Amino acid sequence: MPVQVLMPALSPTMTEGKLAKWLKKEGDTVKSGDVLAEIETDKATMEVEAVDEGTLLKILVPEGTENVAVNTPIASIGEEGESAETAPAAAAAKPTEVKQEATVSTPSTPAPVPPQAKAPESDEDKYFKDVKTQTVREALRDAMAEEMRRDPTVFLMGEEVAEYQGAYKISQGMLQEFGADRVIDTPITEHGFAGLAVGAAFGGLRPIVEFMTMNFSMQAIDHIINSAAKTLYMSGGQMGCPIVFRGPNGAAARVGAQHSQDYASWYGHVPGLKVVAPYSAADAKGLMKAAIRDPNPVVFLENEIVYGHSFPVPTDPDFIVPIGKAKVVRAGTDVTIVTYSICVAHALAAAETLAEQGISAEVIDLRTIRPLDVETVMASVKKTNRLVAVEEGWAFAGIGSELAALAMEHAFDYLDAPVVRVTAKDVPLPYAANLEKLALPQPHDIVDAVKSVTYKK
Amino acid sequence: MAVTKRRTTRSAAPAAPTLPSKEELIRYYREMLLIRRFEEKAGQLYGMGLIGGFCHLYIGQEAVVVGIQSCMTEADSVITSYRDHGHMLACGMESKGVMAELTGRAGGYSKGKGGSMHMFSREKKFYGGHGIVAAQVPIGAGLGFAHKYNKDGGFNACYMGDGAINQGQVYETFNMAALWKLPTLFVIENNKYAMGTAQARASAGELFQRGSAYGIPGKQVNGMDVLEVRAAAHEAIEYIRAGNGPVILEMQTYRYRGHSMSDPAKYRTKEEVNKMRSESDPIDNLKKLLLEQGYADEESLKVVDREVKDIVTEAADFATTSPEPDPSELWTDVLVEA
Repeated sequence: MPVQVLMPALSPTMTEGKLAKWLKKEGDTVKSGDVLAEIETDKATMEVEAVDEGTLLKILVPEGTENVAVNTPIASIGEEGESAETAPAAAAAKPTEVKQEATVSTPSTPAPVPPQAKAPESDEDKYFKDVKTQTVREALRDAMAEEMRRDPTVFLMGEEVAEYQGAYKISQGMLQEFGADRVIDTPITEHGFAGLAVGAAFGGLRPIVEFMTMNFSMQAIDHIINSAAKTLYMSGGQMGCPIVFRGPNGAAARVGAQHSQDYASWYGHVPGLKVVAPYSAADAKGLMKAAIRDPNPVVFLENEIVYGHSFPVPTDPDFIVPIGKAKVVRAGTDVTIVTYSICVAHALAAAETLAEQGISAEVIDLRTIRPLDVETVMASVKKTNRLVAVEEGWAFAGIGSELAALAMEHAFDYLDAPVVRVTAKDVPLPYAANLEKLALPQPHDIVDAVKSVTYKK
Repeated sequence: MAVTKRRTTRSAAPAAPTLPSKEELIRYYREMLLIRRFEEKAGQLYGMGLIGGFCHLYIGQEAVVVGIQSCMTEADSVITSYRDHGHMLACGMESKGVMAELTGRAGGYSKGKGGSMHMFSREKKFYGGHGIVAAQVPIGAGLGFAHKYNKDGGFNACYMGDGAINQGQVYETFNMAALWKLPTLFVIENNKYAMGTAQARASAGELFQRGSAYGIPGKQVNGMDVLEVRAAAHEAIEYIRAGNGPVILEMQTYRYRGHSMSDPAKYRTKEEVNKMRSESDPIDNLKKLLLEQGYADEESLKVVDREVKDIVTEAADFATTSPEPDPSELWTDVLVEA
């Protein structure tokens, strides 16, 4: 009985990839460990090794095929003389089934709803006349590269940023363009290199520090807070620290409790820091450029799952998103949903569901956590009279708690219902797929929250 | 060149190139005395309730910073811990501004918002004043990184105590500094006690050898003798300027006062302190040398004493008459306005 070779996943967040090259042809003898093919995603290239011995009976997915879903049969291996025809039908015959299988193992990541369709007019609109479609990953790289071309004092340092091309491929090609003096691989030494970068900033440079994930910034948090954020004040205004600390933040997919934490409220707590957490590729690019040019320390919270999402990005090199400006990404009248980062996708998906049920939700992407755009949020709350705050962080002392307090201070008389927070459950993030999903805010949680504040069933 | 890679040495006698000139020696005497008198005055003002919070005095350790600074140029930068008043004065920062910061007044270097542990002068390339033990070590290497990146010919002198040397970030820094050949001089001011814990109770091995696994040359130096400090610094800095990477100098020194003003220093005997003061005082010993060499007489040194006393008196007057910061200063300097 022939055995099927399935399209493997390279990472917990991979759902599909390209079958780049076949290294064996039909009829070849294979033994376990032989490299059969090469597959690629926008993040990495990997070899598919044979696990079974026998003859490569049939190649089911030709080389060069893009968007092959994880778990799709790509070949069959059997004993010589065995007919390939006895192998199950080719992938094309049952793509739906495979796709479903793949989704089970990955968290709910709704495809980005194009927000421009229902967003109100904004003074950023003029930049969107000429756009190209880019992933968040590409947008971040372009922003850094453009700023490094513009200012020779800007440099990038972190683990695997140079020769490896970035653990998440954010710095792809940057070593080649800027050289090893400006794209610097560090040892695994977060506390040390964060402090070193702060010193470089004091010395007149503009470092971009990549943490492989923001979880590891906890090793370095003393330098981010005590050395970077406080020194300007403690020096009576003499010692500015222009630096960007960036990296993927929040839950990825199935990476467990230590690698899945949202730091927005941690860093948002600290005067002397600016904290941004964009969702779209355009905002990622515009805010990254603003962060690099900012004379203050900026914590730039990215999201691994969103890295591969595509959005229209203005081509104008002067496109910059000012830090401290939220964006209404969907206009509505019945409730204000305020969120940031990947939860913007959840909120837009929820708003779509709610629209079908006759509830008009306004969705605000904060984009910046500190300084928070109180004006934009409160103008919306005063209009809709209801506020639902959504975040991947925990509820206690979270961003939603802050928004609730702000609503009391600025819009108490306008509220027709108590503010509701949709957050991660108050537990370390579990590994099991079902529990992980239960622990993180989902679109249906937002729908439920909106119904509770609008008193709808 | 005694400082070579992968080698750590204990200096018996200083390989002093040449004895500094008469003028230089008198300058060292004056600088050490200024630090001594300044710190004594700070202790006095603290006792009067005019200085608050933490106040870590440098009395006894003056030869370290004066000896090292004597080999530095305007291109070089300095960073240290919270025992920082002496370093600021040695960098040429004004006594008035330092003292007024201690009293929390508007005329202080940080407008009264930093305090004893947090003062800076970009002009003098003094980068603090850091209150978290050893945090200045990677920052100092980062300043070294900036010197190298900017190719400005400078290096960073990064001071730390014998307590700081046991922090993990010191070794993260040694690794990167050696790997990238950063122009940084790590000066361990070993005053024998990390707060109340004697060196032997906290530190295994020799401190000057702590960089040997990274190939960083280290040397133990008599930090109570400004000329020995100067000789060791001269050699180390030559090595650093030649692009060889960092050097560690362990200065064997002693603080006469407690860890901070609120430390009664019960962990050591009066006899121990008195022995150091009477036999190894850096200022007394340099004074002896000046007299022996005929570079100065009692009269001329009294003139120096009086000048120093006047500077300190003036600083104290300024620090007690300068107004407190305006309440509006509460809200300034949190962020640089772009």
